[in-house]
Amino acid sequence: MNCRSEVLEVSVEGRQVDEAMLALLHTILLHRSTGKFHYKKEGTYSIGTVGTQDIDCDFIDFTFVRVSSEELDRAIRKAVGEFKEALSNSGSDGMGQISLEFYQKKKSRWPFSDECIPWEVWSIKVNVVNLANEQERQICREKVGEKLGEKVINIVEVISRHEYLPKMPTQSEVDNVFDTSLKDVQPYLYKITYQITDSLGTSVSTTMRRLIKDTLAL
Amino acid sequence: MDNDLSPQDKKDLDKFIKFFALKTVQVIVQARLGEKICSSSSSSPTGSDWFNLAIKDIPEVTHEAKKALAGQLPGIGRSMCVEISLKTSEGDSMELETWCLEMNEKCDKDIKVSYTVYNRLSLLLKSLLAITRVTPAYKLSRKQGHDYVILYRIYFGEVQLAGLGEGFQTVRVGLVGTPTGTITLSCAYRTNLAFMSTRQFERTGPIMGIIIDHFVERPFPNTGHMHACDYRATGEEDGVGYPGVEDSQEVCTTSFSTSPPTQLCSSRLSYQPPMPGAADLCYPAALNSTNPHQMVLPGKEGGVPLMPPQPCHGTQAEHGRVSSCPPADPGHHLSGSPSTGGEAKTACRPEALETTFTRKVGAFVNKPSTQVRVHPPESPTTASPLHGSLHSQDSVDSAGQTQDDFVMVDFKPAFSKDDLLPMDLGTFYREFQNPPQLSSLSIDVSAQSMAEDLDSLPEKLAIYEKNIDEFDAFVDTLQ
Repeated sequence: MNCRSEVLEVSVEGRQVDEAMLALLHTILLHRSTGKFHYKKEGTYSIGTVGTQDIDCDFIDFTFVRVSSEELDRAIRKAVGEFKEALSNSGSDGMGQISLEFYQKKKSRWPFSDECIPWEVWSIKVNVVNLANEQERQICREKVGEKLGEKVINIVEVISRHEYLPKMPTQSEVDNVFDTSLKDVQPYLYKITYQITDSLGTSVSTTMRRLIKDTLAL
Repeated sequence: MDNDLSPQDKKDLDKFIKFFALKTVQVIVQARLGEKICSSSSSSPTGSDWFNLAIKDIPEVTHEAKKALAGQLPGIGRSMCVEISLKTSEGDSMELETWCLEMNEKCDKDIKVSYTVYNRLSLLLKSLLAITRVTPAYKLSRKQGHDYVILYRIYFGEVQLAGLGEGFQTVRVGLVGTPTGTITLSCAYRTNLAFMSTRQFERTGPIMGIIIDHFVERPFPNTGHMHACDYRATGEEDGVGYPGVEDSQEVCTTSFSTSPPTQLCSSRLSYQPPMPGAADLCYPAALNSTNPHQMVLPGKEGGVPLMPPQPCHGTQAEHGRVSSCPPADPGHHLSGSPSTGGEAKTACRPEALETTFTRKVGAFVNKPSTQVRVHPPESPTTASPLHGSLHSQDSVDSAGQTQDDFVMVDFKPAFSKDDLLPMDLGTFYREFQNPPQLSSLSIDVSAQSMAEDLDSLPEKLAIYEKNIDEFDAFVDTLQ
C-alpha cells in the first residue's frame, strides 16, 4: 500500500504562521476524526458525536471550522508553536515545512518495536515574507485569506476521492488505527513533524523531529 | 437497478439520503446566519445526531426543506438546491450562490450502505462545513444587518443558475457513490458582484429604514418564498407558525458596523450604511470582474449538470435590475498593488436632495483604508461641495470631478517616500518632464568644440611626445 502524499504551499507574514497552520491542520483533522467508539457485544460498536466550531483568525481574513475538542486543539497548537519558534530562530529566510502524517501501527514481536506505517501525509510548505507597511499587511490579510480558501478546497477535493482509509478496527485493534487518548473525539493516529529549510533550500542540521504522539515506546 | 439491493439496504439508503439532504440544508443556512456556529462533541452517542455530527436543527429550516422535497428524495434528474441571495433594505436583491445536491447514474454496486455510504456521507457533511466558510457569501453574511440581509430559498427539481450572472464559479464539495447512483454536492457562486439599484435615477426623497417585505414571484416552477437566514423570522410570509426555536443559538446581529471604509483591492462586496438622509441611489459601477476571485476548481468532474448561463437581461428585467455600468476608470481597481489607494469622491448637487451612497469595496469592514465612491453618469459635478466635509473622514485627497463616468484620482504610487525628496512621484515627473538639453548634445556647441579640439591637437601632441618616457614606464607597469 502506497502512502498518499499531498503538498500544500502558502506564503504568509510572520504573525500569520500560527493561524494559517492551525486552519489547514484543523481542516484536515476535521475530516480525519470520528466520534469515540463504544464497543458492544458481538463486535458491534457505536460512535460518539463530533461537534464543530468556527474559528475567526485575527491576522488573516479567514474563518475555519475545527473539531470541538480542547485537547486536540491544544496538541495542534503546541506543535504549531514549536514550528513557528523554529522558523523564527532559523534566520531571516523563513522557509519551512510542517507535516501531518496519519499512520497505522503494526504490532511486531519482541524484540522488534511496533511499525508505524503511514497511509496519508499532508505537507504544508511555508514561506514567511516580511512586509514593509500597514497597507501591504492589509492586502496580505486578504490575499492569504483567499489562498487558505483555495487550500481548503484542495483538501476537500483530496478527501472526496475516498481513497484508502484503514479498515474499521476491532476493539483489540482500535489503538493501532485511532488515537483513543482524547476524551471527546477520536482522530486517526497522527504525528506532526516539521523541518526548516536554510537559504540554500536544503534541510540542514537544524532539522528537528518532534513527535507529538510517540509511537515508538517499547 | 435496485435488484441487487436488499430491501433493508434500500430502506436505509433512502433514509440516509433524506436526512443527508435535511442536514445539508441546515449546514448551509446556519453558515449564512451571520454568526459563528459552535456545537459540542459528545463521547456518548445520543442517537439523534445523524452522521455522528452535532448539527443543530432549526425547525423552520427543516420545515422549508421538507416542504420543498414534498416527500420525494433527491435523485437522478431531481436535484435539491439551496439558493442564497442578498437583499438590501431598499428591496434590491442579488443571488449569491446556489448549493446543489444532485444524483447521477453512476452506481457503485459493491459499496456497503449501512457502513461505507453512511461514513462517506458524514465526511461529505464535514467538507460542506468547511467549504461554506470559504465561498464569498460567507463574509457577506457575517456582515449582514440593517442594510442587507441574506435570504435562502430551497427548491427541488432542475438546477437554476441563471441568476448568478456571468462568469460564476463552481466548487465541488464532494461525491459519494451508492448502489443507486452517485450523490454529488457542489456550489455555484457569483463572481460578478456588480450591483445597480433600479432607483438610481429617481429624484425622490430618501427612503429610510423600511425593509420592503415584498418577495418577487419567480416564474420558475417549484418556487418558494425567500427566507431570511435568521431563525427569528416568525413565518409571516407564508403564514405558517413554526414551533418555537428551542436551541440557545445567539440571535443574528442587527447592528451594522460604521467603521472606516475599506481598501479597494478585491472583488468582495460589502455595504456601508448610507449617509444620513441618503436615498438608495448611486450604486457603484461594476467592479473589475476579470478574475476577481481566485477560488477556481481546476476542473469539474462528475456529472454536475449545470444550466448554461442565461443572458443577464432576462433575470434583470424580471427583477427590475439595471445591467451593470461599464467599469469605471481602471485606475480605481488597484488590486494587488500594495500601497496604492485610489479614491474618488463624488459630489452631489445638494439641491437635488441626492446624496452619495457609500459603497465599500473590499471585504473587511473594520480595516481603515480608502474608499471609492462612484457617481452615476447623470449628475454633473464640478468641484465637490462635499469635499470639505468628507475630507476629514478620508485620508486620501481627491481631485476635481468631470462630467463623464471617469473620475480623477489622485494617484499614490507604490513605494513613494517623502523623506528623500519632498514631493511625490507625480509631481517629480511633471517638474522634470522637460529638462533642458545637454550642452554637449546641441549641434552648435558640438561643432564649436570640434573645431577647438582640432586646433589644440598639435599642442597636445607636442606635450605627449615630451613625456613619452613617462608613458612607456606606465605601460610597463601594466604588463
